[in-house]
Amino acid sequence: MTQRFRTASGGRIDRNRVLRFRFDGRAYEGHPGDTLASALLANGVRLVGRSFKLHRPRGIFSAGTEEPNALAELRSGARREPNTRMTMAELYDGLEAASQNRFPSLRFDLLSLGALAAPVLSAGFYYKTFMWPASFWEKVYEPLIRRAAGLGRAAREPDPDQYETMHAHCDVLVVGAGPAGLAAARVAGAGGARVILCEQDFELGGGLLMEPEHAAWRDETVSALQSMAEVTILPRTTVFGYYDHNVLGAVERVADHVAAPLPNTPRQRYWTIRAKTVVLATGAHERLIAFPGNDRPGVMLAGAAQAYATRFGVKAGARALLFANNDAAYDSLFALQDAGVAIAGAVDPRPESAGASAARARGISVWADSEIAGTSGGTALHGAHVRRRGGAGTDTAVVADLLCVSGGINPAVHLASQSRTPLRWNEALATYVPGVPVLAQHSAGAAAGVTGIAEAAADGAKAGAAALGAAAPAIPLPTGTTADARVLPIWEVKARGKAFVDIQDDVTTDDIRLAHREGYKHIEHAKRYTTHTMGTDQGKTGGIVGAAVLAEARGERVQDVGLPTFRPFATPVTWGAIAGAHVGKHFAPTRRTALHEWHVRNGAEFMDAGQWLRPAYYPIPTDTDAWESVLREARAVRRAVGICDVSTLGKIDVQGRDAATFLDRLYTNTFSTLAVGRARYGLMLREDGIVFDDGTTSRLAEDRFFVTTTTVNAAAVMAHMEFHLQTAWPDLDVQLASVTDQWAAMSIAGPKTRDTIARIVDGIDLSNGAFPFMAVGDGTVQGRPVRVFRISFSGEMAYEIATPSGYAEQVWNAVLAAGREFGITPYGVEALGLLRIEKGHVAGSELNGQTTAADLGLARMLKKRGDFIGRTLAQRAGLTDTGRPTLVGLRAARRDEKLRAGAHLVEPGSTTSHGWITSVTRAVEIEGWIGLAMLRGGAQRIGTRMHATFPLKGEVVEVEIVSPYFVDPENQRVRA
Amino acid sequence: MRYSFLQLLKQGLSGQTGWPPAWRSPEPKRSYDAVIVGGGGHGLAAAYYLARVHGMRRVAVLERGWLGGGNTGRNTTIVRSNYFFPESARIYDFALRLYEGLSKELNFNIMLSQRGVLNLAHSEHDMELMARSVNAMLVNGIAVELLDAKQVRAEVPLLNFGPGARYPIHGGFVQRRGGIARHDAVAWGYARGADSLGVDIIQNCEVTGFRIEGGRVQGIETSRGAIAAGAVGLSVAGHSGVLAGLAGFRLPIQSYALQAMVSEPLKPMLNTVVMSPATGMYVSQSDKGELVFGGGLDLYPSYAQRGNLPVEQTVVAGLLEMFPAFRRLKLLRQWAGIVDVCWDYSPIIGPAPVDGMYLNCGWGTGGFKAIPAGGWLMAHLLATGRHHDISAPFDLSRFTTGRLIDEAAGAAIAH
Repeated sequence: MTQRFRTASGGRIDRNRVLRFRFDGRAYEGHPGDTLASALLANGVRLVGRSFKLHRPRGIFSAGTEEPNALAELRSGARREPNTRMTMAELYDGLEAASQNRFPSLRFDLLSLGALAAPVLSAGFYYKTFMWPASFWEKVYEPLIRRAAGLGRAAREPDPDQYETMHAHCDVLVVGAGPAGLAAARVAGAGGARVILCEQDFELGGGLLMEPEHAAWRDETVSALQSMAEVTILPRTTVFGYYDHNVLGAVERVADHVAAPLPNTPRQRYWTIRAKTVVLATGAHERLIAFPGNDRPGVMLAGAAQAYATRFGVKAGARALLFANNDAAYDSLFALQDAGVAIAGAVDPRPESAGASAARARGISVWADSEIAGTSGGTALHGAHVRRRGGAGTDTAVVADLLCVSGGINPAVHLASQSRTPLRWNEALATYVPGVPVLAQHSAGAAAGVTGIAEAAADGAKAGAAALGAAAPAIPLPTGTTADARVLPIWEVKARGKAFVDIQDDVTTDDIRLAHREGYKHIEHAKRYTTHTMGTDQGKTGGIVGAAVLAEARGERVQDVGLPTFRPFATPVTWGAIAGAHVGKHFAPTRRTALHEWHVRNGAEFMDAGQWLRPAYYPIPTDTDAWESVLREARAVRRAVGICDVSTLGKIDVQGRDAATFLDRLYTNTFSTLAVGRARYGLMLREDGIVFDDGTTSRLAEDRFFVTTTTVNAAAVMAHMEFHLQTAWPDLDVQLASVTDQWAAMSIAGPKTRDTIARIVDGIDLSNGAFPFMAVGDGTVQGRPVRVFRISFSGEMAYEIATPSGYAEQVWNAVLAAGREFGITPYGVEALGLLRIEKGHVAGSELNGQTTAADLGLARMLKKRGDFIGRTLAQRAGLTDTGRPTLVGLRAARRDEKLRAGAHLVEPGSTTSHGWITSVTRAVEIEGWIGLAMLRGGAQRIGTRMHATFPLKGEVVEVEIVSPYFVDPENQRVRA
Repeated sequence: MRYSFLQLLKQGLSGQTGWPPAWRSPEPKRSYDAVIVGGGGHGLAAAYYLARVHGMRRVAVLERGWLGGGNTGRNTTIVRSNYFFPESARIYDFALRLYEGLSKELNFNIMLSQRGVLNLAHSEHDMELMARSVNAMLVNGIAVELLDAKQVRAEVPLLNFGPGARYPIHGGFVQRRGGIARHDAVAWGYARGADSLGVDIIQNCEVTGFRIEGGRVQGIETSRGAIAAGAVGLSVAGHSGVLAGLAGFRLPIQSYALQAMVSEPLKPMLNTVVMSPATGMYVSQSDKGELVFGGGLDLYPSYAQRGNLPVEQTVVAGLLEMFPAFRRLKLLRQWAGIVDVCWDYSPIIGPAPVDGMYLNCGWGTGGFKAIPAGGWLMAHLLATGRHHDISAPFDLSRFTTGRLIDEAAGAAIAH
């Protein structure tokens, strides 16, 4: 018979529809409105998991996020999701789930044999053994431990689902839609505030969902909220973290309640919510009592059993026994009785109580001043041993398959505590409640220790009014009597057997005492030593119980022991949701220049340069390999003319009265003396005197400069400038704008360059006299505005033409057309690199954060007068040491031998490294391979030979040490 | 009491009730020959080696909170010595060698798992830079292997080799001796070892000032009274600048939050530590089954030991770019430690500007892997007043001389 534990009527499930699902391969049925947990209980499934360490049988313990036991692998294949809480998994037709952490099956778990060794497997046992023989730890013990540990299995293939990211601002964020949250949201919403209401459940109502008599108020309130335009209701949304400045993170499970998301729909949505005020109405978690056998399937939190009965129409057992230290928990027992569950009785450690009297009035036997000293059964509960408090007299064996436990409640203070709200001890509830918040925040309802539907709703309305900060409208509130939630703070029943304070990780009261005995007395030490509260439930039901056991061992009050720090995530969150769309190619932007499409059409091979895609070279059919393309392009530049897209260089527009002063301080050389219409090569140091970046800067007007940076440092230089303007020199009148993407830039280089561009550039006299090396001017090409710079990276006569990005292709094509008769050749980054190495220009491999200006042969760039960033520290002995590696050129002694960047330079026959090769290339100006290197005593070694050793490949190549300037050392060509 | 399986069995018969405390909780004495401020891994290791190697017994470790509660208990537990400069290779490999014998030495299983540390290269340019580093490491005597993409795939099949990778994997290099260790166990093992040699470990004892006369430190003011000290060692990662301020000098250090995160426990699926400079993330799987991972520093200096959303998103996205099959896994916990960063990403070890006071700080993101060496070298300084050969290049004076050991530039990733 299916669903034999379903109640005859009642609950919020849709009994008219049947959902089919499978657990561990067996078919079951449930209804819409069920969770996987409630549906399994309805079918009488009690054993759902195995504990972490001892692989003990585990059943469903709760009805919410605090669930320690009922974790499953949900779905399969690429969508397999381990460690899913069955208590939160909404049932859908076709759901497939599998138990985890068992081998070969849930019922017969061989790993549970390890429990035979349980007396040895005490807290921290692994710190004390597995040390001999030493090699056995990694070979034998660790693999065994790793296999037994862990819980579910991750998918092995990429998740096919999509995730979405949202940012939202609101006046009032209400977390939790129980009575307090609903009331708070309604007051704030009615008062005109922009409200976001987040509820992790798929139904709004929280505790109201277990109380059919309050259904009318709930429904009326929800429909009122739904009618408010400025109220956004987010069900299935878990607020997981509370960060500085009232920033909260939440995840909305958009499509976890269906087999797979609909097309073009995200599976989950990640919300970053910035709230003026936050109302935390997160409710409370019932807590366990540590008694022997409190982990057996069939032992369940009392409130959970009530939720299953009243909300889901499920009898969590046939015969229920209650063990509670508070009156409120009796309501749960009465609800079970009303649902048709046989009641075995109630065990109450208090001598007398209102709850006990009410129970007796309902014909329920009560063992007062008593406690449960043990449970019986195998993979399901058969009964419990009841004894007088403290163990006097004989035990009574009570038959029950459901043991409802309530040790009181723990307000869910996770978010409040994350936001640094201090916690305050509440004596009546024997628990922590939020104190005075640091941020604009109110805790309300059970989250603040206010129990009972009517009281919580009233408290929520108060919080909503406070959040509104204005005259609050009156709203309808529920009424009714409320059971007394005060507890007799008993935490533990000391009797023979394992009494668990952390059911998932198998941490017992004895483990806590062992930790204490061994000196792990601080709550954080006890936690780490025993793994208490370190499971996926983070100790929501047993955390404070463990703290209480530790407090007793320390001879102190619980409130003096404290709790471990609450940190995000209050509830675990899917990584896919966190990353959102930033996966695959969208992990980081791919930057393309304005000329990208032209490069694609013309067959460029691309390479990554940071986030940029740049043409490496442009192969033509007659090229037999990449080198042939590169050499062909480089030769074109040396012999005629070439054109290269250099748009990726960083460009910063620097304006203001003090722009020149600013640049004088930033750069090692002087820009205030630069004439308008001229460019100058600049060198920038870090504060510690090491070279940071280089590039040419042009003066466009007295108060305006155009700075270029290396591609890789574009953002870092901009940040460096901003930092100094905002902190060191706020008095300077300077404005900065990054214009890297606004301007396309192309370098035209080679002896035929002027002949080429003079045909198309209007408005500038490009003759050598009128527009010499380092001149800058504005003109037009085919009516399009261009800025022309006479600068060179290759060592050839060269001009750089910059134009607003939209005109890039038109100007580029105009240059190509003009240079056709000279055989103008587009060249890529590889040829650019070849040319600059031949010219001895330094680039990223040399500007690597280890080199000084002098190391690079740029000592002349340091101005003699006036300060600049890095000046003082650049004068330190270690940076001016003549023994430092300096820039040299290299040439393979045998012209057919290849050089490799990353090789180290050694004396023949020695392994002592004197330096390393930074950049290499085949050359076009001369034969064979050449390179640049940083070499100790570099200048003195010029003319000698050394060995370049590459241990990785076991290679040794003989090299000649030469000047780094292979091309035109007198710099004649650039001025031609 | 010696820890062993036999002892565990024996104790098992009596309900594990016979274990003595791993360390005492003594009241501070009026004076010590040496006082170490900071009860993290470095401080406790220094105390242990002071007693064990140098025979000093009148030694105290002062801890403001609880042992190992700073960066020792917050890091991602990676150990390795694959550094670029010879000075760094020496100090980190010294630490790694001590780690290799530490469980036996301390009779406390620190669960060192030398499962290899794999650094990925995402372009041919990366491979060239990596070749340079690897060559340097080989020249430094550190065994590392360069792997091509196929070899990387064979070792870590779940990595992203799909066509959609933003940063395709071109290869990587691996140090087989690198791996992970149980961070708490390192602190506890050293504490137990030091305590057994007579060192007083004093928790809940905050240093409020230093008594300095004639340029020499005489003692320490604490929340539990004044303590005279012959020599004082500072091992207070995350607070080095603050303590230096109390002693009247400044350090070339900036403090940043470094965040780390951990997944729910999972069955074994990752057997190597993986680092990816391009995505800025590193990850390993603990013996408990959690994926432990992190990324770069927060962008601004801070003493707040808290996480935040932007870094969480960046780091998780980086992890998923490397391991697309992990997208349905869940994040359990996020936290931050404060790291003291020097300009050159290398530590400061050596005499402080106050006589009798010694520094062990500035390890940046790499302090855990260096704990045995940091402790050993600090003990040497406290006992002899002089540098050990290995620590000499890391003296504070390098900021005056400019002889920096720039591992930020050398190693490209600094965790």
